[in-house]
Amino acid sequence: MSVEPSQVRTPEPLSRPYGVASYLICMKGILIREALRFLHQRERFISSLVRPLVWLFIFAAGFRQVLGVSIVPPYRTYVLYEVYITPGLAGMILLFSGMQSSLSMVYDREMGNMRTLLISPFPRWYLLVSKLLAGVAVSLAQVYVFLGIAWFWGVKPPPFGYIAVLPALLLAGLMLGSLGMLLSSMIKQLENFAGVMNFVIFPMYFASSALYPLWRIQEASPLLYRICQANPFTYAVELIRFAFYGQLHLTSLLVVTGCTIVFLTAAVIAYDPSRGLMSRKPAAGGAS
Amino acid sequence: MEHIHPVPGRSEAAAIAVQGVSHTYGRHPALKDVSFSVPPGSIAMLLGLNGAGKTTLFSLISRLFGIQKGSISIFSHDIAREPREALRRIGIVFQSRTLDLDLSVKQNLAYHAALHGLSGARTRQRIEAVLHTVEMETRLKDKVRSLSGGQMRRIEIARALLHEPRLLLLDEPTVGLDIQSRASIVAFIRRLVADKGISVLWATHLIDEVDVRDHGIMLREGEVTAAGPLEAVLTHTGSHTVEDAFNKLCRKTVQGSGHER
Repeated sequence: MSVEPSQVRTPEPLSRPYGVASYLICMKGILIREALRFLHQRERFISSLVRPLVWLFIFAAGFRQVLGVSIVPPYRTYVLYEVYITPGLAGMILLFSGMQSSLSMVYDREMGNMRTLLISPFPRWYLLVSKLLAGVAVSLAQVYVFLGIAWFWGVKPPPFGYIAVLPALLLAGLMLGSLGMLLSSMIKQLENFAGVMNFVIFPMYFASSALYPLWRIQEASPLLYRICQANPFTYAVELIRFAFYGQLHLTSLLVVTGCTIVFLTAAVIAYDPSRGLMSRKPAAGGAS
Repeated sequence: MEHIHPVPGRSEAAAIAVQGVSHTYGRHPALKDVSFSVPPGSIAMLLGLNGAGKTTLFSLISRLFGIQKGSISIFSHDIAREPREALRRIGIVFQSRTLDLDLSVKQNLAYHAALHGLSGARTRQRIEAVLHTVEMETRLKDKVRSLSGGQMRRIEIARALLHEPRLLLLDEPTVGLDIQSRASIVAFIRRLVADKGISVLWATHLIDEVDVRDHGIMLREGEVTAAGPLEAVLTHTGSHTVEDAFNKLCRKTVQGSGHER
């Protein structure tokens, strides 16, 4: 049965206006959901650890004799190859995690879960930043579990390094997560995500200082060296590497900060309903 | 377009007022100069075939898409200028399921409460209240995956009601459900309107969900062909049943012949 307007009772009061506490509640809710989703996907957690551990246990051991690493800052002495690539592997976790987040955003958008987030009354930028922070928080936990295992493998930076590296990991995670978020706004369908793997993750990872020092690359190919220098992931890795030894690599800090701002701003614009890409394509399931 | 009653988008008290809204995907027009209003405390059925523009309209009302042309107000709050005030007054049930299957009912509802800034105590209170309303109190800790299609829909409705909205948007909420579940959801929504006095905009192409005392907005190929109380629409179009009016106003016409198909 329908109700005539004259019969309408007074609606229940609306939820109270939004203050600072409400903003924090919103962010906490997004963080908890991200953590719960992660905990429910154990295979995702395991695979996120197995990938860098395979590199550490097998690749690094195999290439230790082949790839000699000379004394380069921040190292003050010769280091084992395992020690050299550990910051790059921490970056690898953040890189894959950032892209995984973008994959889940595309999936959520296709399956409709993303709409639940985007129809919240909080500003769109705030929702996206909260989702980004939640994704980075989860990936930081993965990095520290990896570092714990690496410690038993003989990769032992100074104890202070584990604390000093946290802001570097956070910033690098934000940059890579922002990039993932930007990419997710451009990807129309889940199937297109394989392209991200081929055109973003692998080139970013291999054309960086994660696996070999830049001087080695310069010797091999000046062009590749310049590509590595233009790759933001190189700076993320160097920021993490220096932070492990309690040092600040200023250039890396500036580049990573700048890239984070650019990627995040572009992602927020892309997801902005009035300016972005969202309304230029039909909703999932077609424009019915 | 025929606006039988009331004048579209003029009343400040309108639960929703849509004025001159057009939307295109690239060069394909999805909505063309759409205008209508929904009085507070009423059920308005948005009727149209698949592809008529119902979901696009819902995406614009819920601000998933930006408005390219025209304006939409929720209880006098313009969705583009005052999105926060407009969105906090809306509860939405989307056509596709948007619950997280791996999380429990409680976790899904708590997430939605957080997205509306509800405190812990208020969240617990509201979850209890809405689950009671949809008669699903016993499934609080169950994973959503373990629920039936009809039960999931009830939880989605409960979620839409969690922040006490004044306008409920339902985008084909009974699609994919069996007859019994559909009837149950329809009866439940109507009871909800009677009890709580909230307004409902309900997109559907299933005529048996429509009551002749509802308001109706007829959509055909992105255009509103009639809007107003359905009884008036029936009279105006010389139709005996809602289905008859639906066939006249919502079915696609064969170009050049004037015939419907």
